[in-house]
Amino acid sequence: MTRLGSAAAIGLQAISRIAQLVAVILVIATFNFVLVRAAPGDPAQVMAGQSGASDPKLLDDLRKEYGLDKPYFVQLVSHLGRVVRLDLGYSYRQRRPVVDLILERLPATLLLTVTAFCLALLIGTALGALAGLAAGSVLDTVFTVLSLVLYATPVFWLGLMLVLVFSVALGWLPPFGYETINVQLSPVAHALDIMKHMIMPVTSLAAIYLAIYARLMRSSIIEVAQQDFIKTARAKGLSGTRIVVGHMLRNALVPVVTVAGMQAGALVGGAVVIETVFAWPGLGRLTFEALLQRDYPVLLGIFLILSIVVIALNLLTDLVYRLIDPRMTTGAA
Amino acid sequence: MNRREFTKAMLACGAAIPFGITRAAGQTRGGTLNTIIQPEPPVLVTALNQQQPTLTLGGKIYEGLLKYGADLKPMPGMAQSWEVSPDGLTYTFKLFPGITFHDGKPMTSEDVVFSCMKLLVETHPRARQNFARVASAEAPDPLTVVFKLKQPFAPFIGCFDCTSAPIVPKHIYEGTDYRKNPDNDKAIGTGPFKLKEWVRGSHVHLVRHDGYYLKDEPYLDEIVYRVIPDAASRALALENGTVQLVQWSDVEFYDVQRFKAQKNLEFTTKGYEYFAPHQWLEMNNRIAPMNDKRFRQAVMHLIDREAFSKRVYFGNAKVATGPISSKTRFYDPNVKRYEFSVDKAKALLDDMGLKAGANGKRAEIKYIVPPYGESYQRAGEFFRQSFARVGIDLVLVGTDMAGWAEKVGNWDYEMTQNLLYQLGDPALGVARTYISSNIKKGILFSNTQGYSNPEVDRLFDEAAITLDEARRQELYSKVQQILVEDVPVAWTLEIEYPIIYDKAFKNIVTTGIGTHETFGSVYKS
Repeated sequence: MTRLGSAAAIGLQAISRIAQLVAVILVIATFNFVLVRAAPGDPAQVMAGQSGASDPKLLDDLRKEYGLDKPYFVQLVSHLGRVVRLDLGYSYRQRRPVVDLILERLPATLLLTVTAFCLALLIGTALGALAGLAAGSVLDTVFTVLSLVLYATPVFWLGLMLVLVFSVALGWLPPFGYETINVQLSPVAHALDIMKHMIMPVTSLAAIYLAIYARLMRSSIIEVAQQDFIKTARAKGLSGTRIVVGHMLRNALVPVVTVAGMQAGALVGGAVVIETVFAWPGLGRLTFEALLQRDYPVLLGIFLILSIVVIALNLLTDLVYRLIDPRMTTGAA
Repeated sequence: MNRREFTKAMLACGAAIPFGITRAAGQTRGGTLNTIIQPEPPVLVTALNQQQPTLTLGGKIYEGLLKYGADLKPMPGMAQSWEVSPDGLTYTFKLFPGITFHDGKPMTSEDVVFSCMKLLVETHPRARQNFARVASAEAPDPLTVVFKLKQPFAPFIGCFDCTSAPIVPKHIYEGTDYRKNPDNDKAIGTGPFKLKEWVRGSHVHLVRHDGYYLKDEPYLDEIVYRVIPDAASRALALENGTVQLVQWSDVEFYDVQRFKAQKNLEFTTKGYEYFAPHQWLEMNNRIAPMNDKRFRQAVMHLIDREAFSKRVYFGNAKVATGPISSKTRFYDPNVKRYEFSVDKAKALLDDMGLKAGANGKRAEIKYIVPPYGESYQRAGEFFRQSFARVGIDLVLVGTDMAGWAEKVGNWDYEMTQNLLYQLGDPALGVARTYISSNIKKGILFSNTQGYSNPEVDRLFDEAAITLDEARRQELYSKVQQILVEDVPVAWTLEIEYPIIYDKAFKNIVTTGIGTHETFGSVYKS
């Protein structure tokens, strides 16, 4: 095959992958639309209901404005058309483009969830590994009980208890929100202010992830430690550190990466409970409120972005697997 | 003192000062009031959206021609005086001079005519019904507005507060698609506070309108409305002083008692007189056994409403005796009373032939729990236990706001709980629930239970167009007697929502619309 022919083949393959991706996204968009619209309720009714007064004209006007007066199929086609144009639509309830609403909430969401996730992943796997290596010891028992307690603690309860102790009783930390309202701060002071606001929500959210990764890593380490290749490594006379770092950890991380990859998709969606307890202006709350209000364009916009992120993260997880465990690349070429 | 004398007296004081406002020496300029807005409104323009939080926040930005005291009598708002012709057909309002919108443009009678006759009739269901009665509205000079009605409408003078007829700028809205107007984001009104910043999901920041027409007002520099979605977190915010004012259902009823005991906080249930929230157990009158008057009467006997008030609302409610709240006009206490009596309920059910079957049950009824907070859930549990005493199995069905609105609006329910505002006059807030002409499928807060009685229709119609107050009382007394006999819905409680605030703040409640008011006179001591 000539070099030109090979380039064309790669190009064709790329086009085919992109076409596949677009098709998957369109199928997901259709499914989202059907799912969202299958729930009982009418946004016009909700809005009229919350106003404490209603009449046929108000409902007709709202339905017309929301585009709900058009046939179902026409609405679906127009939704898919927008997806192809990468237009997330307009929230008539909030009277703003959906993309603006999402972009406005995304930084706060990512700051909260990614920080909590990274902390939990790092600390959780480290603690889990330590516990696993010292399986059966007092340290292991303490870690196991602690992670079980953290795993079982309702996240909203933990959040409220933290507020009670650190805000109400001690007055050390701000109880709610993302930043101090109505003050002029230098960029550094502003960053510190946000960090101060992050401590309690991040801790509450990280607690449950931390418990999950610690437990997973512990059992994974114990399992790997019993594998033949570890025995071989020991027989070869490798140092303990080298065995742990070079052989055990890399292998034990595979299930953790699988779970982390699955959970990472949810990070963009925010954390509804924590965002609610701490009045954190994130995407989770926007989604939940849009669901209650049947704000279809906002819901569909968020679902679409989440779907794309999940697809992308699945690809990324595959790549990380190959980095951790070279066996997975075998035959891939 | 008649209305004209009252107005003169007010003007003689140099300013029209609503009742109840503290004008003692020592009130100071400045300060920030932090409070709560929940749920977050979709828009701040009260002419476009009338959700309760929109009205609370928008009440600081948009004003009406009048205010209403705790006695529901009109007081000056943007109108310094008003006159009603003896035939009840012509209403003439004189505006205060020097009123400006937040963009600096003057507010004139043209804006009032435009708002009431063009914009509100398009976007505001309550205003649409009120102003549909107007034959013509004129602005003979910049400070005079004249409404001429097609026929007398007794409560017309009660239709001009900032929640019922907010005035918007004609120069911004005329000739535009009102709902899509880009200036909706700026929320330009005439109120003492204007919008500085709205960070969605976080807070709405209002600052003083320096060009406000009332001398020295507003006293506060700023009001910050924080969006705190969780009820427990809202209670903590009040407890630790992050916010200094909560209203309506910001805190759950079970938390109210402990805040009453907190020394730095003031507690009141005043400020809800205009709305007079009235609650009932709604029964679909179209379906058996609810289509039998005896069943509905049995329900009235079945519910121990004193206990209901104490256990579910922790005493923040008064037992309702009929369709009209004791807090509003034309209430008549002399109606048939349904005391709590399981035996009487059983007798009525036996009389109608609804007897226990082999399984010991008389009936199974689905009850949709309204998704508006914990009190509604507890209320459902209370009703379930009450009905169980006579062998009726009340099956609680959960749903969300959209599901509830759709089911109740479309009459697809058996029982649920409902709460409506009385809006200062039975013609505005009560008749809509009982008159046959308001049985409209798909429309919430209409006569959804499907009750129809030509005599009730006639009485409500006549009372609405009768100007003589004594005659109106007569008509409304009669309608209350009939309705209490027929029990179209089982009235439970007059809910007394709390307003709890830091004692440092004064004049929080000055009128019958409480914290929906402008807050121009609120100051921090």
